[in-house]
Parts: sequence; structure tokens; C-alpha cells
Amino acid sequence: MIAVEVKELTRRFGNFTAVKKVSFSVRKGEIFGFLGANGAGKTTTIRMLCGLLVPSSGQARVAGLDVYTEYEQIKKNIGYMSQRFSLYEDLTVRENIRFYGGVYGLSRAQIKERTEELLSFLKLHEQAHKLTASLPLGWKQRLALSTAMLHNPQIIFLDEPTSGVDPVSRKNFWLLIYQLASEGRTIFVTTHFMDEAEYCNRVSIMQDGVIAELDSPQELKKKYHASNMQSVFMNVVKRAQNEPDSF
Amino acid sequence: MNRILFSIIKKEFWHILRDYQTLMVILAWPVLMLLLFGYAVTLEMRQIETVVVDQSHTPQSRDFINALASTSFFKMVDSDVPQHDFEHILQERKARCILVLSPDFAQSLQVNPETKIQLLIDASDPNAANYIQNYLMQISAQYNFKTNTKLVLPFVVEPRILYNPDLKSYFFFVPGLVAVIILLISALLTSIAIVREKEVGTMEQILVSPVHPIQIIIGKTIPYTVIGFLDSALVLLMGHYLFHVPIIGSLWLLTFSMFLYIVTGLSFGLLISIITNSQQVAMLAVLMSTMLPTIMMSGFIFPVESMPVLFQYVSVIIPATHFLTIIRGILLKGSAFADLVPQLSYLALIAGFLITLSIRKFKTTLE
Ligand SMILES: Nc1ncnc2c1ncn2[C@@H]1O[C@H](COP(=O)(O)OP(=O)(O)OP(=O)(O)O)[C@@H](O)[C@H]1O
Ligand SMILES: [Mg+2]
Repeated sequence: MIAVEVKELTRRFGNFTAVKKVSFSVRKGEIFGFLGANGAGKTTTIRMLCGLLVPSSGQARVAGLDVYTEYEQIKKNIGYMSQRFSLYEDLTVRENIRFYGGVYGLSRAQIKERTEELLSFLKLHEQAHKLTASLPLGWKQRLALSTAMLHNPQIIFLDEPTSGVDPVSRKNFWLLIYQLASEGRTIFVTTHFMDEAEYCNRVSIMQDGVIAELDSPQELKKKYHASNMQSVFMNVVKRAQNEPDSF
Repeated sequence: MNRILFSIIKKEFWHILRDYQTLMVILAWPVLMLLLFGYAVTLEMRQIETVVVDQSHTPQSRDFINALASTSFFKMVDSDVPQHDFEHILQERKARCILVLSPDFAQSLQVNPETKIQLLIDASDPNAANYIQNYLMQISAQYNFKTNTKLVLPFVVEPRILYNPDLKSYFFFVPGLVAVIILLISALLTSIAIVREKEVGTMEQILVSPVHPIQIIIGKTIPYTVIGFLDSALVLLMGHYLFHVPIIGSLWLLTFSMFLYIVTGLSFGLLISIITNSQQVAMLAVLMSTMLPTIMMSGFIFPVESMPVLFQYVSVIIPATHFLTIIRGILLKGSAFADLVPQLSYLALIAGFLITLSIRKFKTTLE
């Protein structure tokens, strides 16, 4: 089963091409990592898959649905956590969850049930009635994940969910990701942390809008004779800089 | 569909109530504006400084002068100054008009069919000069009728001032001010509603959910309609109790037209919010595009009929033009629904156009 399928997807902003003809596919239930330096085009790719940006050319299907024509349907099947915290700071944790429950068309009873489920799953019970603005970033990220999970989406896009978060919270967050994947959900995650790349089933390394490498962490380490993903990444970036025409 | 809309409305109320500082400003600002403009910028003229030169010194002349002095319009500041001082008095603005009754005033009243009195007016403010002249003519006419019962004229124009018998410009001015304030407030309220979410980044999360632009637009309009309505009612009540502006017409009709007008203002603010990318730009755009046209071209100060033809056409697309007719009509004349159908239709048309445009301009993607 293929959850996300992308063929020669391209996005231009004016004369600048942020994403150049990328192709890949993500299997159902996979944790798919998206690595790359700042400005590599990770967020732009995710946004095209979530219906937030219209691609300039190429094809993409998410949950078997076409991003150009069936984005309304796609939105019901995906969860999305944006790179920048985008919930309401002046609302409490519970109010944020309740609002998004309503927005996704859940009934009152469903919202109540899901809220309790998510609060205990994310261990947010004690924070439930606090204003979101007062929470540390680690808790905010959990809240963002919980609203992205409200409608039980099968595919979840997480754009740098752990940036700016302390190592313990990061670890906890990845435990959540594993749990979600074990339930059969597909996780599409971008990160700057190379240790996190090791947790993924497969990673793609993006550089200047193109995918420079795509394989499992084990294979990549073997290929580059590296002991960890950090040095794989350094090698890929160096290679890409030395022979920019090969992409 | 309804549940989604309801969630958005509820959320918007949470925002409004949490930010109580802004809420206080929203509620206090119109009140302050009304007080400030209502008291400071009144077009009504009273206590016109007047110098009376009575060269006749007769009971008749004194009678006439008393008739003048008993109104609150003229205020006698000096009397019987020599003629060579007239120029000086007007130049120094010690008085705005000088009334001269010639030595033969009393005698002429008895023998001549017509008696002339002289009024020198400082016309550097032509409107005021006109006003002074008219007022003096009214008073002298009254004096004529009183003293000369045998006076026979071919016909007499006897104006009866309806709806505002005391010619109080408050009555004209305050409803106009209400119209300006309501439009400004309602447009400002929504002008940041969407652009703020774009700026803060929360719009991104909304856009990945299956919400339809219509739901966002309606959901954002409803809470602000309530706030706009509270504001308008507050201003109107102040106009009524503080400035004694009457409310002759139907309260229901007033409420209905105010609702329509508020929605027009809100939808204008929404459109601005949708097509701009920062809160500051949105608010500036609203201020620039509502203040000047509303004040200058809606009939708030200058009657639409006396404006250049081009401006008269422009005034049709300014919501305040129609609402001014409506609110003055309802408050001062007791106009009924049937009298105001054209104006109400125009408002509905403008609101409908703005909302349709908003929905079409609303982008469901980030750019
Ligand atoms: N709306 C836009 N208009 C113009 N250029 C844009 C726009 N959005 C992104 N870009 C550019 O496209 C490139 C890719 O940006 P993108 O956000 O996809 O990178 P990223 O890999 O997510 O980087 P980061 O790790 O910093 O989040 C950048 O150079 C960025 O400046
Ligand atoms: Mg990014």
C-alpha cells in the first residue's frame, strides 16, 4: 500500500525553484524522514502534499487522492503539524482541542471522548485548562500533535516537530511517533537532528530543492562507510556541492 | 456544516473576551468620539456678537432691539458706537454684525410702506453671514406682524420648520456622527480578523482542515456583528439622552437598518483583511478608505445634492450616504420602511457585493 506518491513535483516562487522535480513514494505505516539544510525545500514539499501550496508541475497523490483536484478529500485524511506553532496562544489547551474537533466536524460526544483520549495519551491532563501561551514549547508541540490527531488521520505530516525542544522531550515525542506508526499510521517527518534520522524507516536527504539520497539509515551508513547519520549527511552535502550538475 | 460554523463563532468570541483591553477600547472609543465631536464640532450658531447703533432713540426702536436681544441668537456686546469705528469693530472681530437704526426709524414706520434698517455683516464666513441675515429677517418679520396688524401683503410665506423646529444642528449632526462611527468601528473590527491569523500563522492550521471559506467568513462576521451592535446602541443611546436627539420612528426599523449597515461595514473590513498581509496595512487601509469618503461625500457635512455631479455618483457606493438618509429619516421624521426601501436596498446590495467578493478572494492556499 502506498500512502504518498510523488512524481517530478516542482514548485517555483517567481524565478526561484524551491522544489525541483522530486519523486518518491511512502509506504503505509512507514516513518519517513525528510532531512535537509535550511531552505532545502522540505516545508515547501510538505505544504504541496497538504493542499497548502499548489505545485507548479508534477504529480502527487496522498492517500490515493490527487493533490490538484481532490485536496478537499485529502484534508480529511491527513494530520498536519506546521513548523511554526500555529495553535491559538490565547486559548486553553482544551479549548484548542475542542475548536479543532468542531472544525473537523466531530460531534460533541466525539470531541469529549477524543479530548480525554488525547490528553491522557499525550499526558497533557494537568495542562488542560492552562492558556496555551503559558506552556513550554515541548508541551505546545504535544498539543499541536494532539490537534493534528483529532480526526484519526491515517497519514500524519510533522514539520520539524522537535525543533527548539529539550532532549528529554524530544525522546518522549519520538516514543509517541513510534506508537502512532505501530497503529498502522504513516508518519512523514522532517528534522534537523541526525540522531532522529536513525529512528526513521527510510530517510530522504534534500539539498537545494532536489532529493540527493533516499534509503534506510542502515543502507545509507553502509554506502557512505559511516558510523552515524551525521557523517552520512555531511558526505551527501559535500558530494552535492562538488558536483551540483548531477542533480 | 453547522457545527463547524458554531466552533468558529465560539472561538472568535473567546478571542474577543480574552483580549479585554482591546474590547474596552472598542467600546470606549466610539463614546469618546461622540462626546468629542458632538460637543466640539457643532454647526449650530448662537450668541452672535452684535453691536446695535440706535440713532432713533424712540420706544419703537427700543422695542425692536428688545425683540432681538430676547433671542439667544444675538448677543449685544456694545451699542451706539460712532460710524467711523464700524470698520475697526468688524476687523478686530469684536462683533460679527452691526445693526443700524436710522434717526427716522420711528417716523418712517408710521408714514412709509417700507422702512429700511441697515445690517453690516462680517462675511468672511459666508455661511454664518447668510445665517445671520436670515435670522434677522425672521425676527423683523415677526416684529412687523406684531406691531402692524393692518399690514396687508399680497401673500406671506410663513415657513413652518418641521421635524426639527428649533433648527438644532445637533439633531442633524449626531445621527450623522453615529453613521460615521458605526462604519469605522465595524470595518476596523473585522479588518484584522483574518490578516491577524495569517500573520501569527494560525491560518495555516485552519487551511489544512476541511473548512470552507464561507464558514470562516460567516463565522468571523457573526461575533463582530454582536460587538458592532452593542457599540452602535451605546452611541445611539448617548445621542438620545445626552444630545436629546429624538427617536420618532420605529425602533424595529432602526434596529434592522443598523444591522444591515453594520454588516456592510464588517464585510468591507473582511475584504480588506483578506486582501492584505499585515494587520497594520489592513487598519490603515480601512482608515483611509472609510474616513474621508464617509465624512466628505456621504452628506454628513455637505448635502449630496450640492456636490459636483461626479461626486454624487461616487456617493452612491458609500454605505454611509444611504444610512444617513435612513437614520435621519427614522430619528427625526419617523420615516417608515416603505420610505426607505431604496436606501435599504442599496445597503443590502453593497453588503452582498462585498461578501461575495470576500469569498472569491479568500485564498485556501498559502502564498
Ligand atoms: N512563499 C514563498 N515565497 C518565496 N520563496 C519561498 C516561499 N516559501 C519558501 N520559499 C523559499 O523556498 C526555499 C525552500 O523553503 P522551505 O521552507 O521549503 O525550506 P525548508 O527545507 O523547510 O527549510 P527550513 O529547514 O529552514 O525549514 C527557501 O529558499 C525559501 O526562502
Ligand atoms: Mg521548513
